[in-house]
Amino acid sequence: MKRAVFKNRRLPYLLVLPQLAVTLAFFFWPAFESLRLSFFRTSPFGDKRLFIGLDNFRKLVVDPDYYRSILNSFVFASGVTALALGTGLFVAALATQKVRGLAMYRAAVLWPYGIAPPVAGIIFLFIFHPSYGVLPYWLSFVTAYEFNWLLKGWVAMALVVVATAWTHVGYNIAFFLAGLLAIPASVLEAASVDGAGPVRRFRSIVFPLLSPITFYLLVVNMIFAFFGAFGVIHAVTQGGPGRATEIMVFKAYKDGFIGLNLGSSAAQSVVLMVVVIVLTALQFRFVEKRVTY
Amino acid sequence: MAADGAVAASARVEALGGAATTRRRWSLGWGAFVVHALLLLSVAVIAFPLYYAFVISTQTLQEVITRPPILRPSTNLLPNYVEAWTRSHMTRLLWNSGVVAVVSAVGKVTISMLSAFAIVYFNFRGKSLAFWLIFVTLMLPVEVRIMATYEVIGNLGWLDSYAGLTVPLMASATATFLFRQFYRTVPNELVEAAQLDGVGPLRFLWAFLLPLSWANIAALFVVLFIYGWNQYLWPLMITNTEAMRVVVIGLEDLIPRTGTHIPEWNVLMAAAMMALLPPVAVIVVMQRWFVKGLIETEK
Amino acid sequence: MKRSASIVGVLTAAVLLAAPAPAAAKTEIHFWHAMGGQLGEATNELVRQFNQSQAEHEVKALNKGTYPEVLTAAIAAYRQKNPPHIVQVFDVGTQTMLLSGAVYPIFQLTREQEIAIDWNDFIKPVTGYYSKDGNLYSMPFNSSSPILYVNRDAFQKAGLPDRPPATWREVGEASKKILAAGAAKCGFTTSWPSWTMLENTFPWHDQPFATNANGYTGLDTTLLINGEFGVKHIGQLAAWQKEGVFSYGGRMGQPDPKFINGDCAMLVQSSAVIGGFKKSLKFEWGTGQLPHWGPPYRKQNTVVGGATLWVMKGQKASDYPGVARFMKFLAEPHQQMWWHVTTGYLPITHSAIKNLETGHHFKKNAEQWTALSQLTAKPTPNSLGHRLGNFVQIREAIEGELENIFAGTKTAKQGLDDAVAKGNEILKEFAASNRP
Repeated sequence: MKRAVFKNRRLPYLLVLPQLAVTLAFFFWPAFESLRLSFFRTSPFGDKRLFIGLDNFRKLVVDPDYYRSILNSFVFASGVTALALGTGLFVAALATQKVRGLAMYRAAVLWPYGIAPPVAGIIFLFIFHPSYGVLPYWLSFVTAYEFNWLLKGWVAMALVVVATAWTHVGYNIAFFLAGLLAIPASVLEAASVDGAGPVRRFRSIVFPLLSPITFYLLVVNMIFAFFGAFGVIHAVTQGGPGRATEIMVFKAYKDGFIGLNLGSSAAQSVVLMVVVIVLTALQFRFVEKRVTY
Repeated sequence: MAADGAVAASARVEALGGAATTRRRWSLGWGAFVVHALLLLSVAVIAFPLYYAFVISTQTLQEVITRPPILRPSTNLLPNYVEAWTRSHMTRLLWNSGVVAVVSAVGKVTISMLSAFAIVYFNFRGKSLAFWLIFVTLMLPVEVRIMATYEVIGNLGWLDSYAGLTVPLMASATATFLFRQFYRTVPNELVEAAQLDGVGPLRFLWAFLLPLSWANIAALFVVLFIYGWNQYLWPLMITNTEAMRVVVIGLEDLIPRTGTHIPEWNVLMAAAMMALLPPVAVIVVMQRWFVKGLIETEK
Repeated sequence: MKRSASIVGVLTAAVLLAAPAPAAAKTEIHFWHAMGGQLGEATNELVRQFNQSQAEHEVKALNKGTYPEVLTAAIAAYRQKNPPHIVQVFDVGTQTMLLSGAVYPIFQLTREQEIAIDWNDFIKPVTGYYSKDGNLYSMPFNSSSPILYVNRDAFQKAGLPDRPPATWREVGEASKKILAAGAAKCGFTTSWPSWTMLENTFPWHDQPFATNANGYTGLDTTLLINGEFGVKHIGQLAAWQKEGVFSYGGRMGQPDPKFINGDCAMLVQSSAVIGGFKKSLKFEWGTGQLPHWGPPYRKQNTVVGGATLWVMKGQKASDYPGVARFMKFLAEPHQQMWWHVTTGYLPITHSAIKNLETGHHFKKNAEQWTALSQLTAKPTPNSLGHRLGNFVQIREAIEGELENIFAGTKTAKQGLDDAVAKGNEILKEFAASNRP
């Protein structure tokens, strides 16, 4: 569709300038620095540095822990996205029904979004705690299996997935609410006249109309979970036990911050940046085509 | 305050819903009872962690670590909260977090709006480049590029300053993405009509787009406010004085991380409760805008 | 320097006028540390005492996060040519600091500032850990030693005599009796698994943890924990894990609740938790030394854990006198005793210990004496300390493998071999980055 535009020559440059400036200064400059750092082996305090070319990257390629972190990132991101999107849609659908007190319900489900991830992490740490947490306690009545996240990697992963999804579900609910409420009456009228039942209506009308929102949320959720969801893992498991919850961003952080291997950390950051760029490109090129505006 | 917000919110939603009840809402086909029950269950599940945190903030340390866990509030509320407030110098922390949250939110909304406007409503040389440069930043957390960003801030002389705390938070394209999506749904006819009337681009932005965008802006403001409020690692790195610290640092400060001393979980949760009131309040108060605003995206 | 007269003059004036110190010329000394919670309070109080004791310098203490966060912040600041004056760095960061070229060794600082601190007053295991060529490089601040905590009520219920087990065999037997009597759900657990079960157990038995005298005499160090002794000790723990005698509880201080709750009857943890335990334990408890295997192994000494204060280069020359005075202040017996009593970290000067003995302190606080008694022997090359580069990552690798061993997915030999392989890799990387 040909879009109507304004004809000014210099104005657009001025308009994008602030954001470009900030992006260049605080994204690209550090990114370039990271790129440069990734070709060196440096001592922590920076007094000794040695150019080693692609050695840091080569070490990553042969490191089983790195592949582990990639797998963990996928598991984590999929888990968080599925849980947060699914729950979000479910709750939003409920909150658009014709019942009283909707505003209160909405307020009551949106607020966890305001909780700082470290705080959310600590609260769930309590809930999942093998010694004094409520969840293992309740589960002990149902099964003898020991839900000890300190020993069992999958329990730890479940913990961080649930805690992270919990903080993000409000965001999805809000967007889905908006999307559901915005469906024009005329469309729904037409459908019900056709005799379509609720499920059919959802599949053929509601869901397609929700697609811009769903696309946006899918992108944002996946990117957030894959690249940005750091707070909970940092506050609770620190990647453990035995690297079971060590996702790529956390590994990059840990190797740099705690292991003080700045070269390897920079190399991992570079890889992440490349992946983000590629993913963004793919998303805009292909997935967006299927979105109906 | 939350109750007032809810009352006002429900009034607004009724007004909104009043318009909407003339629309047919998509109905699940379940009875009101079932919906209520499921909603209550959802609320209970979602609210439980916070309830638990509140309970812990009212207990003594002994009670916190007892087994089986005590799920009823206890009587130690006041001492815990007073302790948390005084030990963390809460006033300063809350102020700083507020500054960071508001400034970074307003700043980011502003620059994103301008960029999205330029990208959607103009054709100019280098537009694609600008587009990509901006949109590749969709997400890469500060934590991963933190050392390099620290150097940049240091070189700019922005260490230990509000500028250093707020500006780097504005460097991602999520808001621009949202505005772009929104602007693309504005009907062409509106633009063409305005142009026929001789309205220039800036006037168009101010007089036409901005009013349409209010709810979007409100929604974004909520998201960005919370993001800014909940920062930990970045402020920890670049602030070198007590006076510039933010609230999540204050919280973490209450935890002895040496693994040799038992954290005072009750005081910590009390501090956490105080720290999360502003962002949660922002959500509760603005949730009507939040939802309303996002509806506008869909028209 | 002939400042003494002017110092007296300023102090007198300040005291007499009872007015705030003049705004001019008070040097600010920045001290970054990792002491949060109650420890942070204690640190702030110590700093406040120093600031009030004189008017020329003001120390500003700041909690910069966890130990790794503090170190990284200091590094970032140093690279920006704006480091703090004093940084608290944990024991495992020692090698990194020593080879960094960014520190002003404490012995040199005090010598050049003509401030006299008697380094011989400090106990040997402490100076041994943080010295190079017989000279102390950083100021010991918070030190601790791992000991055995015992739930005496559980022992009583199981009909065991009221004294802590001294050997690992006794620990095993006591645990089994406790389990049989239902006095607890597990016999014992340990916090800081690598620190207690390997880093301290090896020196305690005079076994080498790594080559080159645990890294003191060279950079081409390799780990030795997968030798006979290591496999024996960890193997026993793994076997006990299966029987419920030992129950793995996580890293750092995460297992503490198991003991506090009464789930486990014994706990191996740092002596630094004594203060916290006094407030939170609801049962009768006591302490014993870290258990020992007995003959043919000698009982040597444990190595100190905790952190020390490092002075950074690159400050104004006029700031360093204040830094030196602060260090001297910290070394004085009064401060040592106050810090010990308030935080539970060990008093590490002989004069402070003697003063405490005179006040019958250790009679009332036998637990503290338990910890100190493990540090009195003269260290051998195996028990001087650890000087390994990237020790944080090494510990991480070790604890990851320990988790595999305790979860039963690897045998002790397998897990330890893998830990050694990873650790050696890390050590090689460190050596390469620090080759002069």
